[in-house]
Amino acid sequence: MRPLEDYLVIDFSQFLSGPSASLRLADMGARVIKIERLGVGDICRTLYTSNLIMNGESSVFHAINRNKESFEVDLKSEEDCEMVRELLKKADVMIHNFRPGVMERLGFDYPAVSALNPAIVYGEISGYGTAGEWKNKPGQDLLLQSVTGLTSLTGNADSGPVAMGLSIIDMLAGAHLAQGILACLYRKAVKNQGGFVQVSMMESAYDFQFETITTFMNDGGSLPERSKQNNANAYLGAPYGIYQTENGYLALAMGSIPQLGNLLGCEKLEEYVEVSEAFDKRDEIKAILASHLLTQTTEKWLSKLEPADIWCSDVLNWNALMAHDGFKVLNMIQEVQMVDGYRYETTRCPIRIDGELLTSPKGSPKLGQDNEKIIKEFITHTTINA
Amino acid sequence: MNRPLEGLLVLEFCQFLAGPSAGLKLADLGARVIKIERPQTGDACRSLSIKNLFVDEDSLLFHTINRNKESYTADLKNPEDLAKLKKLIAKADVMTHNFRPGVMEKIGLDYAQVQQINPKIIYGMVTGYGNEGPWKNKPGQDLLVQSVSGLTFLSGVDTDGPVPFGLSVSDIMCGNHLAQGIMAALIKRAKTQKSVLVEVSLLESILDVQFEVITTYLNDGGKLPDRSGAKGSAHAYLSAPYGMYQTQDGYIAMAMGNLPNICAIIRCDISDLYVEAGSAFENRDKLILRLAETFKQDLTANWVNLLESNGIWCAEVLNYQTATALSTYKNLEIEQQLELGNGKNIKTTVSPIRLDKRKLFAAKAAPKLGFDTESINREFEIK
Repeated sequence: MRPLEDYLVIDFSQFLSGPSASLRLADMGARVIKIERLGVGDICRTLYTSNLIMNGESSVFHAINRNKESFEVDLKSEEDCEMVRELLKKADVMIHNFRPGVMERLGFDYPAVSALNPAIVYGEISGYGTAGEWKNKPGQDLLLQSVTGLTSLTGNADSGPVAMGLSIIDMLAGAHLAQGILACLYRKAVKNQGGFVQVSMMESAYDFQFETITTFMNDGGSLPERSKQNNANAYLGAPYGIYQTENGYLALAMGSIPQLGNLLGCEKLEEYVEVSEAFDKRDEIKAILASHLLTQTTEKWLSKLEPADIWCSDVLNWNALMAHDGFKVLNMIQEVQMVDGYRYETTRCPIRIDGELLTSPKGSPKLGQDNEKIIKEFITHTTINA
Repeated sequence: MNRPLEGLLVLEFCQFLAGPSAGLKLADLGARVIKIERPQTGDACRSLSIKNLFVDEDSLLFHTINRNKESYTADLKNPEDLAKLKKLIAKADVMTHNFRPGVMEKIGLDYAQVQQINPKIIYGMVTGYGNEGPWKNKPGQDLLVQSVSGLTFLSGVDTDGPVPFGLSVSDIMCGNHLAQGIMAALIKRAKTQKSVLVEVSLLESILDVQFEVITTYLNDGGKLPDRSGAKGSAHAYLSAPYGMYQTQDGYIAMAMGNLPNICAIIRCDISDLYVEAGSAFENRDKLILRLAETFKQDLTANWVNLLESNGIWCAEVLNYQTATALSTYKNLEIEQQLELGNGKNIKTTVSPIRLDKRKLFAAKAAPKLGFDTESINREFEIK
């Protein structure tokens, strides 16, 4: 039995943040119905990343929306709204990520929905909260990375701002929304009480940076300084970073500098005997390390460092990773199938419950593919007067 | 305020970041979290500092991750201490640990044995790379996990080589996943009244972070990500203008948008580079460089005003000083103050989740090592 078996989630959200939360709930066993706009659907269906179109829709949509159903409605039609209200009366969770004010206009804001169903858990994601001067700004991932200082942590000192090359804030906001919803579902299970969960991308971005921003707050407001080269964390000393070798790269996470010098046969490093030098002189130490590590292969360096329990690793791309037994043993890839028979590979939920991998064979839904079934199952005859 | 996890008792055997960040999430949602720590040293994070910042004897880092918790010291190799711990485990709802595979089996606190003590326990485990396979004993360290996961080929420019994310992203996402798994397990237990095992690993979590791009890779004939060679580009899979551009006085970030429209607004001639919609991809590097020439010629604020008034998605790139000065930052109440006693206090972040219209403030500072041992023994009648 999956933890959320028999739970019904009605999801109005689009793009990545909200839908990544409902994907998690779906894999945990909930039934997720996407409420999609007539004729268009989730805009993510046509948001092409890398120009890769799979079965007529973007690869990203397929990754985010597998294991869900699609109910295509016109929220400007009273009849359709009434059907959605009927669904909400039976739902455990509702999710949306519209900009502030939209749900109020449509009549699906928290007061309205909790009046229909007081025990519902209502979750919403905004970019910058629901009040204040930025409430109407687009909650777009790169912009959130840019306005929260995150781009000053990655890359080297002279790189200028460097983004994390993924929609990381969307995913964090989705993860936090899922947490708030799960916490409220637990409360609902023991107290039959509803709940209102709100997450903003800005707060999620700072939660992600809680270590570094806390350092900033208590260190007289001094800014993070990335190392000149081989930076992997602005706040850590040498050797922390990734280095080029004769045939690839080597990641080095820890280790005292003289010990590294000894193991790697680099005498110059043995001079840095003061522990504080690893941070204070990290630029010169990293420069010495970088030129020394170029002289041998990654395998050679690993064979010297690993037996001494130095935290280090080869650096892999996806080809090398997926060929490795360390990856294969995880069974991280699953194949899913859409209603028209189209099959594709994607990753599975990263959480295991009672030893079970939370896989699901169900692919992403075609727009409106479940309308008939949902109407038959949930909607009373009087609603459909057509 | 009634917090959803009120009344639940969590025992945290975890150290460092991944597990303890999950414990912090559960604590802010209302659970009582007790850290089970080794005498004398405790969580190794107590002595692990960044920028050598300490508050009394513990690092600021430890304070950041472990606020709103209690501390109970026990030596897991001492039979007397272990017997006491088992009494505590019998009363707990959740326990978490991040020991390497095999350690808890030796101590006698693996899932099977803990179920004997408490048949309703939620048992959460964090590993680096899972419990089996050739990597199971590798150190579960964030940079190393990033390095084997392919993540380092997504940021920066192609000539940089691998570029890691400048934060412990695998730890933090894994902590988020552990918190999710534990709460799902609590929901399951409410129905079955039985114990539940929850397992996460840093590697699976960092792969989940890449789920969109890995799905693209898997269905695109195994084509590896192709980062741009142009400085400021922000996503290997997105076309121009997506990225950050230097201006006369700083940087501007440009989200995805209609390129010809944007170029008309900023008066940047791309007619030789952009001949059809596909050009935004094919000529990505050249287009980014062309846009960069234009953006250099004016102030960030002027560009943002011009573009925003035309409905284009963009923002000024801020650092911590300018970012924390925003009125939105203040309105969202991102900071809270923790009282440490003796008139000392530190500032840190609040939970990012708002429940029933309230922020989940929690002003309780991180515990000194073993601070709560005696009172917990008394409370649970442990002798």
